[in-house]
Amino acid sequence: MSMAPTLLAVEDLSKSYGGVHAVRGVSFSLAAGEILALIGPNGAGKSTCFDMLNGQKTPDRGRVQLLGDDITGRPPRAVWRLGVGRTFQITATFPTMTVRENVQVALVSHANCIFNVWRSTPAFQRDEADRLLELVGVGGYADRPCGELAYGDLKRLELAIALANRPKLLLMDEPTAGMAPRERIELMRLTARVAREHAIGVLFTEHDMDVVFEHADRILVLNRGALIAEGSPDDVRRDPQVRAIYLGEGLVYDARHREGAGA
Amino acid sequence: MKLSVAALNSYYGPAHILFDVALDVDAGEVVALLGRNGAGKSTTFRSIVGLVARREGRILFEGRDVSKEPTHAIVRGGLGYVPEERRIFTDLTVEENLEVGRQPARSGAPLWSKDKLFTLFPNLAEMRNRPGGRMSGGEQQMLTIARTLMGNPSLVLLDEPSEGLSPKIVEQMAHAILTMKQEGLSILVSEQNLHFARLISDRTYIIERGRICYSGTMAELETRPDIRDAHLAV
Amino acid sequence: MSFYVVQFLTGLASAASLFLVASGLSIIFGVTRIVNFAHGAFYMLGAYLAFSLTERLSGTLGFWGGIVGAALIVALIGVVVEMVLLRRIYRSPELFQLLATFGLTLMVEDLVVLIWGPDDLLGRRAPGLRGAVDFFGQAVPTYDILLIVLGPVVLGALWLLFRRTRWGVLVRAATQDRDMVAALGVNQKWLFTSVFALGVFLAALGGALQIPRDAVNHTMDLRIIVDVFVVVVIGGLGSITGAFVAAVLVSELNAFGILIFPKISIILVFLVMAIVLIVRPWGLFGKPEAAARQTPGLSVRPWQPLSFNERLACVGALIVAAALPLLGSNYALIVGAEIAIFVIFAASLHFLMSVGGLASFGHAAYFGLGTYGVAFLAKFLGFPMIACLLLGPVLGLLGAMLFGWFAVQLSGVYFAMLTLAFAQIVWSIAFQWVEVTGGDNGILGVWPAAFVATPARFYWLALFVTAVSVTLLRVLVFSPFGYALRATRDSGLRSEAIGLNSKRIQWTAFVIAGTFAGISGALFAYLKGSVFPDNAGIALSVDSLVMVLLGGVETVSGAVIGAIVYKALSIWLVSYTDLSKLVLGGFIVLIVVAFPKGIVGTFGSLVDNGRLPFFKRALPGASQAEGAE
Repeated sequence: MSMAPTLLAVEDLSKSYGGVHAVRGVSFSLAAGEILALIGPNGAGKSTCFDMLNGQKTPDRGRVQLLGDDITGRPPRAVWRLGVGRTFQITATFPTMTVRENVQVALVSHANCIFNVWRSTPAFQRDEADRLLELVGVGGYADRPCGELAYGDLKRLELAIALANRPKLLLMDEPTAGMAPRERIELMRLTARVAREHAIGVLFTEHDMDVVFEHADRILVLNRGALIAEGSPDDVRRDPQVRAIYLGEGLVYDARHREGAGA
Repeated sequence: MKLSVAALNSYYGPAHILFDVALDVDAGEVVALLGRNGAGKSTTFRSIVGLVARREGRILFEGRDVSKEPTHAIVRGGLGYVPEERRIFTDLTVEENLEVGRQPARSGAPLWSKDKLFTLFPNLAEMRNRPGGRMSGGEQQMLTIARTLMGNPSLVLLDEPSEGLSPKIVEQMAHAILTMKQEGLSILVSEQNLHFARLISDRTYIIERGRICYSGTMAELETRPDIRDAHLAV
Repeated sequence: MSFYVVQFLTGLASAASLFLVASGLSIIFGVTRIVNFAHGAFYMLGAYLAFSLTERLSGTLGFWGGIVGAALIVALIGVVVEMVLLRRIYRSPELFQLLATFGLTLMVEDLVVLIWGPDDLLGRRAPGLRGAVDFFGQAVPTYDILLIVLGPVVLGALWLLFRRTRWGVLVRAATQDRDMVAALGVNQKWLFTSVFALGVFLAALGGALQIPRDAVNHTMDLRIIVDVFVVVVIGGLGSITGAFVAAVLVSELNAFGILIFPKISIILVFLVMAIVLIVRPWGLFGKPEAAARQTPGLSVRPWQPLSFNERLACVGALIVAAALPLLGSNYALIVGAEIAIFVIFAASLHFLMSVGGLASFGHAAYFGLGTYGVAFLAKFLGFPMIACLLLGPVLGLLGAMLFGWFAVQLSGVYFAMLTLAFAQIVWSIAFQWVEVTGGDNGILGVWPAAFVATPARFYWLALFVTAVSVTLLRVLVFSPFGYALRATRDSGLRSEAIGLNSKRIQWTAFVIAGTFAGISGALFAYLKGSVFPDNAGIALSVDSLVMVLLGGVETVSGAVIGAIVYKALSIWLVSYTDLSKLVLGGFIVLIVVAFPKGIVGTFGSLVDNGRLPFFKRALPGASQAEGAE
């Protein structure tokens, strides 16, 4: 993994709201094809971190670089154009469109032909849309209004939308929240496969330790806005500080991921 | 029997969501309603407290049929409801949030005061005057439960209390629920996290596609990996 | 110097009533999420009732008893309105609520004239407060001093009420999440009713307190409501402190604007509002709107392109319409042309509303600009008709570019209120700039060229332009641009995250809709042969909304059907009754309560539910699909 080029470099990222430091001096990097998990207690600043990476929020201090380009403070739409796809903690899709059309809009945007009036969207790159839907496993629902999809399928659709941009970096905020255990594993396996095949870097947050310890190459632990630990899943689950503030006694996730059991 | 639901059917517009759901909760019991996302757990809870537009069936709470009553009347009768999305009043302080939930004492149900709740959830005591919007997800989850307990209910419906919380907070939540049980409260809790459900509940129902497809004690479910595999996709 | 101080005090006194009305509107909006357009009507009723009561009751006690009594009576009327009407529409989209309360306003306007007559009424002066206080050699009416004191007193009382009482805490909680309040055992029905009563009481009190200062008349409702909208937009909807600060700001701008910039005094306030909105889009003291909870049952079934048979049916309908001159009288042809023109107007608004989710309450501005565009070109520059028809709508386009840029910075009810305010600016300019627009007398003698001078030929022209316009708008809906616009409506967050520039897309849509409205206005000028300020009036803006809603917002053909039905109905109504506002208002209320999906939408639902199997899938209708949980 260390051989791969650095995709995302974050330096000294900081943000405060009304005197409260939500994120303090966070620095890390992410290589192409690497899967990096960001974990930490509720309110540790994970979402704020995410929002600063894709331009939803502007940092007070620090720098975000994507393949050497400084993207700090650029709006989300500009960050998308540079090849960053995002899925949200609470899914955000277009409920009045069909599942396929949701992807087609993203394809239209990727092709930069929004103001082309004479094309018909329902016919736009239909095969490519279907291929992406098939890939994430919701191909069977292509013609359904996306408002009718179950929650887990909406998460998959979000992934398809993000992939429509041929991204270099995927930001996934609690990608498997609300899914059954088996669905979680399937989705993360799929994500990992796509990431390896296309050398996409993945940064995700998650509270399900079964998912994190199973699928992350590396883990960052955030507490009160600052990074307190970083390393392989084994390193992190053995870290006494991480156990004290975050992991607890390990009663609420799979026994094989508890400290000592992993090796 | 604290709560007895039978032949419950619910609809959103023309969509039929719940099909003949039946479940019981005994006094002092913690019962888990397990199921995947979209299986109908939240709809079951919302139907019991009258928050869906159309529901049919029998809902006996302490022997009284509440299936025709409006939400506020059901809650005033002592049936507390904690929604999945927490729904804290973000502009109100912790104390004011609790004030909204306050109701008179009720015989046959544990009595909660603000101080007693601050003992149950020590984090909240340190932030009495903080607006709800400036609390972390875990603190909000505690506040939403405390707010419902201010109504001195005899039964509480807890919708996915562990959702989106860090493992450590989930453990704290389990302790709080067991304390509530010791106080004599009956609890119906919906969950996806089987590890968590195992820690707190006596009995369980599994719901799938709007139908109850399994019921039994938690110990029985432990011995049935086939059931867990088929209905919970573990 | 002292003159300016006195002018300042006069401004403060005017602010008191404005604050009362605006705070009432804010409080009601906070809890019920209804922008109560009828608030101006309650203000006016308060003034009329106070006038009648103070005429009958004597003495100081009688006067003040009359003022407070009037406010209480109106509050009771408010309670009845809330229980009978509003309770039925709390779950409707906000636009429907705004329309229902607008319908109510129309009804009250006619009723007031029926009861009190059309003339201005001069009220009694307050006993004991008739004199003036000497202030550095200038006289300040004692009554004004009372009003100046009253404003902060009411502000303080409201603050205590909302911060220090359980009722206040419940109201603030319900402002955020009314269902959750019910789920904690609070009977929200009575909470809503009491909040509405308080808000209406404040409005009526504001009206009643005006009678010693101003004449009472039947147009004061619309005058105050535009000011109040400006106040709450500047101050921030839902903020009482904001309402106070903004009321003072607006009143002072009015007081000094007249002195310093007499020419642009009307526009001055709107300019300040525009600046505030650029700096703080949610007003000085407002907070960003939380995303509205989706109303179940209102998601739209994805629109489908017309099938071959449906296209055939459309062409058939067009041929039948084109055959009208063979059968109809000249009068029928003129009515037909007018309906065709309004089909364009309604379709342009429908595009903005249903595809873009932007409910403009001032769409008539661009229609009106289209009419004046034609009139200026024809009368001042002597352009031929074809050139006028092509270039006249450009004025609508330019207006939409200017106002739209500001408007799309906002959304939801803020957007609605801002577009309404902009339309009022256009109307005011047309009304006041007499040298150019002829003011109320309008511009006369805009006649069509010889080749379309007969009713039949003009009808064909109108029909042709309509067919082309509607087709173009439909093509747009399915183009990438139409989808991008729908995307911004469905989820702003997601659209930005896939690289769409929401504001620019919405602005473009606003300009397109404004241009088509301008085209319909241009034709309308030639149809009538004259142009008046009312071509940009509130009434016309609301007409367009009713047409769209009558047909059904969430349908593709709704605007066309709605325009035809509504226009035919209103032309027929006006020729049969003097109480057209009363009937029309009642009609609007009825539509909102009984047919929230409009004609086409209701028809579509019947088809979907299998009650009209013959039409299965023939019409695009609203569906109610909702996933579990």
